[in-house]
Amino acid sequence: MDRLKDYLKTHAVNDVVQQDVLNEAAMRFGLTHRLLEKAALESGVLPVRYQRNRNTLSIEQQLALFQSRVAVVGCGGLGGYLIEELARLGVGTIVAIDPDKFEEHNLNRQILCTLETIGSPKVAAAADRVQKINPAVTLVPVRQALDSGNAPAILRGCDIVADALDSNPARIDLAAYCAEQSIPLVHGAIAGWYGQVAVQFPGEDTVINLLNSCRDKTGIEKEFGNPPFAPAFVASLQTAEVCKIITSKDRSMSGRVLFIDLKDMRFEEIRTGCPPHPLL
Amino acid sequence: MNITINLFATLRKDRFDSARQEYPSGTNVRHVLSILLIPESEAAIIFVNGRHAEPDSELRDGDALSIFPPIGGG
Repeated sequence: MDRLKDYLKTHAVNDVVQQDVLNEAAMRFGLTHRLLEKAALESGVLPVRYQRNRNTLSIEQQLALFQSRVAVVGCGGLGGYLIEELARLGVGTIVAIDPDKFEEHNLNRQILCTLETIGSPKVAAAADRVQKINPAVTLVPVRQALDSGNAPAILRGCDIVADALDSNPARIDLAAYCAEQSIPLVHGAIAGWYGQVAVQFPGEDTVINLLNSCRDKTGIEKEFGNPPFAPAFVASLQTAEVCKIITSKDRSMSGRVLFIDLKDMRFEEIRTGCPPHPLL
Repeated sequence: MNITINLFATLRKDRFDSARQEYPSGTNVRHVLSILLIPESEAAIIFVNGRHAEPDSELRDGDALSIFPPIGGG
């Protein structure tokens, strides 16, 4: 491993190593892209694919992302963009959870849905997409709906859960699973021109309180559908929160709910009364 | 008493974004919803001064009431 690290450092320019050097190292040392990326980041060398993350994220933070495991629950509108962005960000392991296959009415907004993937399991399309973006990222496909029976095993070891579900009763259950396992939850939901984002750390009840009153109510997405810009926008906000929780924690939106109105292009913040999480 | 009412998203249609309105003391959220012709099924998330509230919650002079429709898509 020391020889590999010396090789990477020797071939790095300004601490950045080009992809062809990584490819050569993969052959020379007989290693996977995943192990190579890990070795590079541990050596203080940045794979060139992350060059434009630099100065927003340090090499240490990039390594923290690589070592993290994030569950994306739902691989439709929000989930597709979350997986795309988390893979490009450099999150090392993404657990993608969804029981469904793509259908034609997903084409307007679900980035993983193409003419080629209609009829395919959403988690299989997610695995293919991540492999094309970054073979160093492991996508764990779970073609199941989360329930109280399987959630402990599926979510075990995850550092963060991103909520990309499409029903509030399922979200309330997810918030409970996260609370039971002390996993931070990054909530997102969309409907028409509108969306909302919130974060719930262990010991907090922000998302549970937010959704409890919606348990028996039909979301306005049933009337207004979901145009493409809403999931792209809300998933990007969720990805930013995931990134901060992994890399710094100090600027998370814990204790707030953000309501997004893309029609009037206005953003409303409600402070929920939760004090900032003690770990922050 | 004066209540500031903030409506969001689809609840603004044919109503308003934000308004100060006069109500008799002892008014609860449910009464405001009925005056504004907002069905309880559309008032999913209710905050009074940034704290979660219920239709039964009683309002006080100067309160800010914020009402959001249910959003559940993904």
